[in-house]
Amino acid sequence: MSMVADTSVPVSARRPRKLPVEASILAVLVGIALIFELLGWTLRGQSFLGNPSRLLIIILQVSIVGLLAVGVTQVIITTGIDLSSGSVLALSAMVAASLAQESDYARAVYPGLGDLPILIPVAAGLLVGALAGLCNGTLVTLGRLPPFIATLGMMVTARGLARYYTHGQPISMLTDKFTAIGGGANPVLIFLVVAAIFHVALRYTRYGKYTYAIGGNMQAARVSGINVTRHLMLVYTIAGGLSGLAGIIMAARATSGQAGMGMSYELDAIAAAVIGGTSLSGGIGRITGTVIGTLILGVMTSGFTFLGVDAYIQDIVKGLIIIAAVMADQFRRKRRSI
Amino acid sequence: MSAALLPDAPAAPDGFVLEVLDVSKQFPGVKALDRINLRLRPGSVHALMGENGAGKSTLMKIIAGGIRPSSGEIRIKGVRQDFQAPADAMRCGIAMIHQELNLVPHMTVSENIWVGREPRRFGFVDHGALRRRTVDLLERFGIALDPDVEVASLAVANQQMVEIAKAVSYEPDILIMDEPTSSLTEQEVQHLFTIIRRLRDQGRAIVYISHKMSEIFAIADEVSVFRDGAHVATGLASDFTQKSLIGLMVGRELTHMFPKATVELGEVVLRASGLTLPGVFRDVSFELRRGEILGFAGLIGAGRTNVAEALYGVTPAASGSIEIDGAPARIRSPTDAKKHGMAFLTEDRKASGLFLMLSVLENMQIASVADYCRGGFVRQDALSEASEGMRQALQVKTPDMDTMIENLSGGNQQKVLIARWLMTAPRILILDEPTRGIDVGAKSEIHRLMSELVLKGLSIIMVSSELPEILGMSDRVVVMQEGRVAGILDRTEATQERIMELAAR
Repeated sequence: MSMVADTSVPVSARRPRKLPVEASILAVLVGIALIFELLGWTLRGQSFLGNPSRLLIIILQVSIVGLLAVGVTQVIITTGIDLSSGSVLALSAMVAASLAQESDYARAVYPGLGDLPILIPVAAGLLVGALAGLCNGTLVTLGRLPPFIATLGMMVTARGLARYYTHGQPISMLTDKFTAIGGGANPVLIFLVVAAIFHVALRYTRYGKYTYAIGGNMQAARVSGINVTRHLMLVYTIAGGLSGLAGIIMAARATSGQAGMGMSYELDAIAAAVIGGTSLSGGIGRITGTVIGTLILGVMTSGFTFLGVDAYIQDIVKGLIIIAAVMADQFRRKRRSI
Repeated sequence: MSAALLPDAPAAPDGFVLEVLDVSKQFPGVKALDRINLRLRPGSVHALMGENGAGKSTLMKIIAGGIRPSSGEIRIKGVRQDFQAPADAMRCGIAMIHQELNLVPHMTVSENIWVGREPRRFGFVDHGALRRRTVDLLERFGIALDPDVEVASLAVANQQMVEIAKAVSYEPDILIMDEPTSSLTEQEVQHLFTIIRRLRDQGRAIVYISHKMSEIFAIADEVSVFRDGAHVATGLASDFTQKSLIGLMVGRELTHMFPKATVELGEVVLRASGLTLPGVFRDVSFELRRGEILGFAGLIGAGRTNVAEALYGVTPAASGSIEIDGAPARIRSPTDAKKHGMAFLTEDRKASGLFLMLSVLENMQIASVADYCRGGFVRQDALSEASEGMRQALQVKTPDMDTMIENLSGGNQQKVLIARWLMTAPRILILDEPTRGIDVGAKSEIHRLMSELVLKGLSIIMVSSELPEILGMSDRVVVMQEGRVAGILDRTEATQERIMELAAR
């Protein structure tokens, strides 16, 4: 720019533009995939990546967690956390499934109910999720609870509600129209569309500007005239709604609603966001990073299974990678503050 | 000086327990202390006086080992010392009571006093001994406190007494007290004075920092006056009068030109009546006219910032009313205030102004994003153009608008924040310490800008701790003292002496 000549700020102080943050995360993803490719040839004599159906399965498996991760990324950007997403997923799955049962099924949750339009179970699932999210948001803002505690409470409560709803009985015999939501590559499509929507929302809308501002400096955001309380409620409600959506898809895919669904998915979602470069100190994070972070988790799970690695060892390695991601974040911030 | 010295507090042959010799302290861009000399006698209370920012606290932090001097030396009992940390100063018999309390709320009184020095028995804390020591200490100084009660449950004044007991428990030769009476009632102040006199009679040296004239003359043996980082006078307290002290504290020429334009004042745009927030400020009333710069002067803690925050809805007043353009305005949050055309540049740039991890552009536009939206989408081109215009108007020096704001100098950061507010087209601008910690050049640019703004019909409320700035820029000055309006002075009658008299009463 033409301004450069008349300033005294050293060139090095400028924001580095060469590579977006995602590039390094993408490199990690590619690196991990290549390691599995190499190990695949040496240990099993076959290709890891050269199998299109495996790649689709990877994305299919992560799209549920991915939806949760898109929600929790936004919450973490505001310096919050959402531990309830896995449980809210289950509760929404139960409610949606109960309204999507075949009308002639004798042991339906609501036996008198006729065939409902597909919109009803979907709307109900989304609504349950959004309400749980609004509840989180209210506890955090008006209730002044730390987000960790508020969403921990919701995590336990929503799981309890999901179990209480049918006293632990699974809800099966769902209509074909409903189960079609989870059929084929639909979950992947929904995940990618949702991710794209929130990528744009965070980057190009007022909603996004306010989200980053609140995470960067809540007090300054408040003084700048941003209604922080209302905005935080909105962010938590959106995260809850996305958990609801994930619940609908999971029930449709499994052709049943089960109270134990999405167990500890909230941790995978948080891990995906953090691996993707979202800072737990708030103000930093992008949906593209989160999507890549989700894929990293998916590739690892798939790769370890492909190599026949013990499931327990999988968890150990996953844990180490999460720690490495957070350490990288700390290192980045330390370097920035010098 | 006739007090008998304790055997464990021997003085150097020349009789000084502490000597500060030619100490200077340079902070980036500011010379906080300029070749300071100070000598403390054992068995004497030495008061330090000076305006906010005169350098008293910096000097005390150097003596207590909190920061290191840029040049000069400190001698304790004639021996040169180079403190690396507060622990070094403590070992040399220096204890300090800070203005802010440094207690652990959920520990008991005795645990707080002896934290880190607990008496032990077989590796475990000996609670019996801990309690005995505390009871003994509190009795010795006539402090009526239960040693087993949690500090959090005590009133602030009693917490202050715990702080004092803790400092005394180190048996220091030199005890520094930085405004120890700010939260004490008159009776408690008298009790504190009794304790101070007892310590003095034991041969200890006490440094006493306070803005309250009456206290200085009641307790101090010697007084030193500081101004703008320089030491201006030292003498026996009996040699000074209140008037001569004020004269020494403010007796500086106006070194900067203030480009205050004469503006015809218009109608009243804001009227505050009886604003009260219990324990913080009370019955604050004033008017702000169109085109006026209304200065708020007073000592730190007088409640000026709190009043500004109440006007802007950050922490609304509990009672009283605000009228804008003659109509009652209900301002319960910054969002409300903004709707009424108000803008608020906060005192602490880092804490409540800047988004350090965002760019200059993003910092500048955040308050006006909503005005540049269509269907929720930000019209970034229009917004960037407006921001660029503002950057040029305010001459913000930055390589480009995408530079991270933390890489700008303090003065340029401040200009970005002012630009943020001007982009909302405010009518009432509240500036809290608008030029604190920025260089002289940026300072005068901000002053010139303020002048231009009021010419255009804006009204400005300016909170400032710098008297020259208050006098140079204000049409009228509201002087606050301990949460109330002590007086409102017209530009023609406002002098440094008048303001200090009202502020320090």
